[in-house]
Formats: sequence, C-alpha cells, structure tokens
Amino acid sequence: MMANTSDRFILQTRNLNLWYGERKALANINIDIQPQRVTAIIGPSGCGKSTLLRCFNRMNELLPGIRIEGQVLYNGEDLYGSNVDVTEVRYRIGMVFQKPTPFPKSIFENVAFGPRIHGLTENLAERVERSLQQAALWDEVKDRLHHNALGLSGGQQQRLCIARALALEPEVLLMDEPTSALDPVAAGKVEELIVNLKKRYTIVIVTHNLQQGARVADTTAFLLGGELVEIGPTSEMYTRPRDNRTEAYITGRFG
Amino acid sequence: MDSLKRRTTHRKRWDRLFQGLFGAATLFGVVALLLLITDILRKAAGWIDLQFLTSFPSRFAEDAGILSALAGSIWLIGLTAPIALPLGVASAIFLEEFAPQSSLTRLIQVNIANLAGVPSIVFGILGLALFVRALGAGRSLLAGALTMSLLVLPIIIVSAQEAIRAVPDSQRQAALALGATKWQAVRSVVLPAAMPGIMTGTILALSRAIGETAPLIMIGALSFVAFLPSGPLDQFTVLPIQIFNWTSRPQEEFSHVAAAGIVVLLVLLLVLNSAAVLIRNHYRKRFEA
Ligand SMILES: Nc1ncnc2c1ncn2[C@@H]1O[C@H](COP(=O)(O)OP(=O)(O)OP(=O)(O)O)[C@@H](O)[C@H]1O
Ligand SMILES: [Mg+2]
Repeated sequence: MMANTSDRFILQTRNLNLWYGERKALANINIDIQPQRVTAIIGPSGCGKSTLLRCFNRMNELLPGIRIEGQVLYNGEDLYGSNVDVTEVRYRIGMVFQKPTPFPKSIFENVAFGPRIHGLTENLAERVERSLQQAALWDEVKDRLHHNALGLSGGQQQRLCIARALALEPEVLLMDEPTSALDPVAAGKVEELIVNLKKRYTIVIVTHNLQQGARVADTTAFLLGGELVEIGPTSEMYTRPRDNRTEAYITGRFG
Repeated sequence: MDSLKRRTTHRKRWDRLFQGLFGAATLFGVVALLLLITDILRKAAGWIDLQFLTSFPSRFAEDAGILSALAGSIWLIGLTAPIALPLGVASAIFLEEFAPQSSLTRLIQVNIANLAGVPSIVFGILGLALFVRALGAGRSLLAGALTMSLLVLPIIIVSAQEAIRAVPDSQRQAALALGATKWQAVRSVVLPAAMPGIMTGTILALSRAIGETAPLIMIGALSFVAFLPSGPLDQFTVLPIQIFNWTSRPQEEFSHVAAAGIVVLLVLLLVLNSAAVLIRNHYRKRFEA
C-alpha cells in the first residue's frame, strides 16, 4: 500500500500515538528511517525515545496497559498487522539494551542463543565466530569461548550483546543508549563498531550524548514531549536546526 | 565537641550491649542443640551398628533394627520428589510467567501461601479421604507419597516462585528481543537461572517431609513392619513413626534403640541439606565465574 515510499525507507511510522494507561507518551509521530544508515533519536529524558524505539520491534506489547494507534511500517508492511508473527519481527529487527544483558552462559552459548531458538544450527560455530568478529570482540574472546560471559568486562559484555543480536543477521539493529553504562574507552569501541556496522545494517540509536550522535549518526531525529520536532541530516541539525526548540536543546539550554 | 564524644561513647555502649545480647541468644540455641545431640549420641552409643541398620523391628531391643523404616522413608521421598517437583515448578512458572494479573490469580496466590502454614495433620485427613479411600490406593507408599506431595507442594511452589522472580526482567527481555517465544525465554533463560533456588527449596521441603509423622499416621502407615516394601502399593513405615514407637515402649533399652533411630534420621537430614548446599554452590560457581 505504501509501496512508493517503502523503496526508500525501511521503517516508517504513520500518525503513531501511544499511551501508557492514561498518559500519552507518543503524539502523532511520522518518522522515516533510511536503510543502511545510522539514525539517532535525541531528546530530553522522558520525551519518549525508548518508547518509540520499542515500537519498532514490538517490545512495547510486554507492558500492561499500553495502547497504540497509527501504523508502524516495515518495508511497507504493517508491523502490527494481525498476520504478523512477533517472533519473526524480532528476528529481523534486533535490539541492544542500555545495560549489557548477557545470559549466565558461556560466551559461545550467548551468541548461539538466537540461532538456536530459530533452528539455525547449521554451521553454528562459524556463525558465532562471524558475529563476534563483526562485533569486534573475537580477538579478545577466541581463546575462552566456553567461559562464562559474566566474566567479561562491561564493555565486552555490551559488544557480546551486539554480537548476539548480529548472529541472527537482522536487517535493523535498535540500540537504546548502548554506551551509557560504559566507561569512555569501552564506549569509544562500541561507537566505532556502530559506524562500521552501518555498511550492512540499518541502525537506530537512542543517545543522550550529543557528541556521540554527531559522530555516528547520518540522520538525527529530535523528540520532545512525545512529539517529533524535527528530523534531518545530522550535520544540518547540529548547525542549522530549523526549529528553535531543537536549537535550544542542542545548545544546552534545556534537557 | 565534648558532648559529641559523650554521645559517641554512649552509642558504643549500646552497640556492645546489643552485640552481647544477640550473641547470647545465638549461644543459647547452639548450647541447647549441642546438649540435645550429645545426649542422643551418648544414648545411641553402642546401639548403632550393622545389625541395627540391617534388621527389622523386634520385640527384643537387642534384635531391633531400623531397616524397614529407613527403606520406607527413602521410598517415600523417592516417590514424593518426582510427583511434587514437576507439579510445583510448573505451578510456579504458570503463576509467575503466564497467569494474567487477575484477582483470581491473586486469590490462588494467597491460598498457596496460606497452605504452606496449614498443620500437617490436615493434609493427613485429606490424604486419607482422597488417596486412601476415594482413589483406593489403600495404606500404601503411594498414598503416603501423594499426601506428602500435597504437604510440600505449597513450599516448593512458593520457593520456586521466589527463585523465578529473582531472575531479572532484563534477562527475559533480552531473550524475547531475540525472537524467543515466551516459553523459549522461560525454558532457556529463566529456568536455568532459577534452578539453584528451586532445587534448594525443593530439597528443604523434602527434608521437612522426612520428619513428618502425623499425616502418615493419619493415612495408616504401620508402626511395626517386618518386611521391605517392594513397590509403591506396599504398606510401609517411616523413621519418625518407628522412633515414636520405640520411645513409647516401657523397657529402658528401647530408649537407646530410639536414640539410635534418631541419629539415623539426623544423618539422613544432614545428607539432604548438604546436597542442597552443594547444588547451590555448584550453580553459583557456574553462574558467577
Ligand atoms: N512502562 C511504563 N509505564 C508507564 N509509563 C511509562 C513506561 N515507560 C515509560 N513511561 C513514560 O513514558 C514517557 C516516555 O518514556 P521513555 O522511557 O520512552 O523516555 P526516554 O525518552 O527514553 O527517557 P530517558 O532518556 O530517560 O530514557 C515518560 O514520561 C515515562 O514516564
Ligand atoms: Mg530511555
């Protein structure tokens, strides 16, 4: 139905509204995400960034009392359609959380988790190695694949979680403040990784760190009070914001 | 400055006082336990031997043995565990992970918690009506194990629920975000993480069942059994019933036999509890190293 736009955009929302009980968290959001680009979502705390991100892989459904109106389109198809299998959505659209969430299993089993539950056990070892390499973690862990993942440092754990998501070869990778729990060095590594990953993946990243957004994102969306104020190429957004609320946020006058 | 010093010494005095009080309370428990155990060991000395462990009960204290009661207790636990563990864990999983947040769920929840505190004799009455009579299991090991399962089920459910609840939600979310179904997330992430807690709770519940007497007397376990049960439909006795039987004999020698029986029961409990600790440590090492 939206075939004309779906050629250019991998994820889109159409008049998306979302309520937590009585409280409205997203208001009439229309956003288009380009494939093989990094899109950053910025905005002050509580403006709905995580909420919007969770709409893209339907993780919102887990919360009680939530109500969603409008559409989220994935390659032009309604992500919330009645014939859509939510596990398949999450198979194609991966997610990395703010805090690293390794399973208390071996490094290998962490990465193999997704492939295993989807029955992709052929050439599993290769798949695990490839994912760890893409996540720039292979060299650090190749000698201890069968050690517990909880023994890794925070930054390594986060890259492991990225590898775990990549093991399913998703089309889109959603990241919710993936470096905010890491020290600057570890955060730098993850940032570098994001830039490298966009050759193959579409990345949507929520960040509080404007410098980080400027470094990694091609496109930036500014959210305020559940509304999308402005979206555009990152360089323009940071130098010549169209909306003075964006300017105020970027120059640090609130947020 | 001076008043601060005074107040500090004052607080320190209270601190020492309470430390002493709590220490004394602990000491009281330990000393009482030690006295009890030394008394039992003293009485049992010379009575625990191979003959005691391998003989059936007898009218003569010298010939009396614990074999049928020990076998009965082990049979009973061996039958109770495979009944109560899956039922309890499945209930806990359902209540924690799948049940809708309704008032019915809450009602069930409160009832289970209350059942854990119901006197064991009540379970005996239920077992007598339900398993011995209605189901026709008779006064068998099976009837006993089913009754014991009812008794330990609330404890297993509650401890399994606690273990499941202790698994951080971020773990479930991580699994779901990889496209796992709810059940896959429970089976491959939540359950393994909750397993040590579930096992510990189950073993402790079972060791409570080992010490139970009242419900088994209620359903008609025997107190004089001169044979070994060969299957779940056989009649049986258990350690605490046998011990009680011995303590109620008038002859002085039987108090020694009873003490020997208590030692056997204590050792069995100790073995079970050590198993619980070992399992917990084993998993803790696996999950935290
Ligand atoms: N599970 C929930 N139940 C109810 N309200 C929620 C829930 N999650 C978020 N909200 C509310 O929705 C609004 C948007 O929250 P969201 O987490 O999306 O903000 P955010 O932009 O990600 O903030 P932060 O930068 O602090 O992470 C907030 O007002 C928040 O209080
Ligand atoms: Mg957030």
